[in-house]
Amino acid sequence: MSPLSLTSSREHVVEDRHREAPRRRRGVAAGVFLLGAGIVVLLFFLSLAIGSKPLSFPDVWHGLTTMDGSRESIIVWQLRMPRTVLAVLVGAALAVAGVMMQALTRNPLAEPGLLGVNSGAAFVVVLSITVLGATGIGTNLWFAFLGSALAAGFVYGISIRRTHASDHARLVLAGAALTACLGSLTGIMTMFNTEVFSSYRFWVIGSVAERGTEPLVAITPFVLVGLVLALACGPMLNALALGDEQATSLGVRLAVIRGLAFASITLLCGAATAAAGPIAFVGLVVPHALRLVVGVEQRVLLSLSLIAGPALVLAADIIGRIVAPPGELEVGLVTAFIGAPVLLALIMRRRSS
Amino acid sequence: MSTTRTRAGARYLPPGYWCVRLPRFGSLLLHRRTLAVVAGLSVVALLVAALTVVTGAYHLTPVEALRTLVLGTGSDLDRFIVLDQRLPRVLAALLVGAALGAAGAIFQSVSRNPLGSPDIIGFTTGAATGGLLIILLGGSVTSMTIGAGTIVGGAITALAVVLISLRRGLSGDRLVLGGIAISAILASVNDYLLSRSAIEEAEVAKAWQHGSLNAISWQPLLPLVLVAAIAIPASLLHVRNLRILELGDDTAAGVGLGLTRTRVTALTIGVALTAIAVATAGPIGFLALAAPQLARRLSRSPGVSVLASTAMGALLLIIADLAAQRVLSPFQIPVGLVTAAVGGAYLIWLLVFSRQQSARPSRSPG
Repeated sequence: MSPLSLTSSREHVVEDRHREAPRRRRGVAAGVFLLGAGIVVLLFFLSLAIGSKPLSFPDVWHGLTTMDGSRESIIVWQLRMPRTVLAVLVGAALAVAGVMMQALTRNPLAEPGLLGVNSGAAFVVVLSITVLGATGIGTNLWFAFLGSALAAGFVYGISIRRTHASDHARLVLAGAALTACLGSLTGIMTMFNTEVFSSYRFWVIGSVAERGTEPLVAITPFVLVGLVLALACGPMLNALALGDEQATSLGVRLAVIRGLAFASITLLCGAATAAAGPIAFVGLVVPHALRLVVGVEQRVLLSLSLIAGPALVLAADIIGRIVAPPGELEVGLVTAFIGAPVLLALIMRRRSS
Repeated sequence: MSTTRTRAGARYLPPGYWCVRLPRFGSLLLHRRTLAVVAGLSVVALLVAALTVVTGAYHLTPVEALRTLVLGTGSDLDRFIVLDQRLPRVLAALLVGAALGAAGAIFQSVSRNPLGSPDIIGFTTGAATGGLLIILLGGSVTSMTIGAGTIVGGAITALAVVLISLRRGLSGDRLVLGGIAISAILASVNDYLLSRSAIEEAEVAKAWQHGSLNAISWQPLLPLVLVAAIAIPASLLHVRNLRILELGDDTAAGVGLGLTRTRVTALTIGVALTAIAVATAGPIGFLALAAPQLARRLSRSPGVSVLASTAMGALLLIIADLAAQRVLSPFQIPVGLVTAAVGGAYLIWLLVFSRQQSARPSRSPG
């Protein structure tokens, strides 16, 4: 089983930091942040305006501000606002979780979807519905946390078993195997119950549409806690990138940073999956795109992910509404089509081992 | 090796091997433990097959079922159940399993990579996409059209993955990661297709998508029997060349092996076996990955053994099918879900515990 080895990107990380002038980088980061924030606001309004009944910007503004029960305000507030805000939350959660996972495992291919964390959450949720008859976002959310914690713990266990820096592909493979295994068990369970299957097949694609406000309210506190934890980890993640020994000698307590990061990943992935279903590749695409522009400073990456993640998910949701009229493509499908080529490009760029 | 002479002047025979002298064709070196394993696996597989035939949800005692099977007695319904329902299903399970086992051994041997299996390079997911497209979009749903759809879908996907990973040399990593990336897209497409169809169609498609032997009859069995009867012996005849190929390109070319010809022949046999298995039973996950590895561990042979892997594949699928029928009876689980769940877990186990493995010197592929 030795062919699974990829060269580490740690060398590049260190090189990069010496070469680039930090000040210039910070300026770039600030610029990207402002630009990204502008794009997110624009996409936010586009998401309120675009749909099977297109609204003009003045109509959107009118509907937003008056709330008088007019058609515009109903469309804006009851139909499009929940999915738009959900897209923002889910995007931020998944992108930040992706940055955290890549930093924690020192694996550029780590991502909640690829490593099977989302399928872990899906599995436990379907199990709870089938066995316990648990329904409602409130209970589902806790089971989703449980599932993503178990799956994340599992793949993380595999990743720290191997201190060798050459196991990037192996970790992804373990994630794929976990997804296949849990996906089959989920498939067996949904097979007995047409009702569960009927809702499961829509949920499993990953969508922010027609989820209503209930899951939104339920996941918001958890996402916020997860994001704060993640941002608090930033400086320690920078030290961690140098390796366990270096990080320890710089005063980082490995157990603390691992525990915090783990809790944050679990909260973010569990909440996003519970509300929107498994959405893959957001956690892969966003960190890599940002790293190309602003470098490897983890705090900058984390804060920019808060902008870029929502931008990607909002854009994917809007694209899904435009490309297949009169129907819609789910956001999970669109991100898979955007993300998988990125993964392929990353694979092709790597040197042969 | 059999011509090397020891100091005593006797013919050198590697430990654990039998040498069979054939009057015309020279001699044949047989790994003793592998032979024992093949015999054992075959016996167990046949026993499980017999058990599957004589028991079941239909009220018929094993003795009656056996009598119906052997003597053809019993009512019309008895004969229908035993001869037209259970018997073809058992045969299909054995043959599909054997075909996938042999194909997996060939792929792993040629790619010198334990992960070189139809699942990893996207064949299975692509086959599911092709079949789903036929079931959900195409008008005519016969076993013929679905079979064609699966083969085309799987072949296109596998070709795409191989072409992507070919850039700058075929490396194991890129093959695996490329397969995962393409599979991720296709899995989304499959989910999308399922969500867009009527719930009844989706249920049918879902049962098929995961590979199932539930509704097999004699008719689709015929092409399977034909292809297996040709391709499995052909693969066994090809084993010697594969073994030489595993030594590395230079050595293999040095002893006079036509590299391209050997590879193309082997892959053609492997693809034919996979295609007929998928067309008959739908995509059955992870069997082609697990069977060669399990067989190798059991027989402790130096490389992947096609024969042992064939027997192991047949045994694994017949057991999985029995479990799929009986565990949650009267519900019939698609057998592909059983193999994917168990096979995925096995792959994880391999990944976690293979360190001691790779430390041990072995001539295993990869």
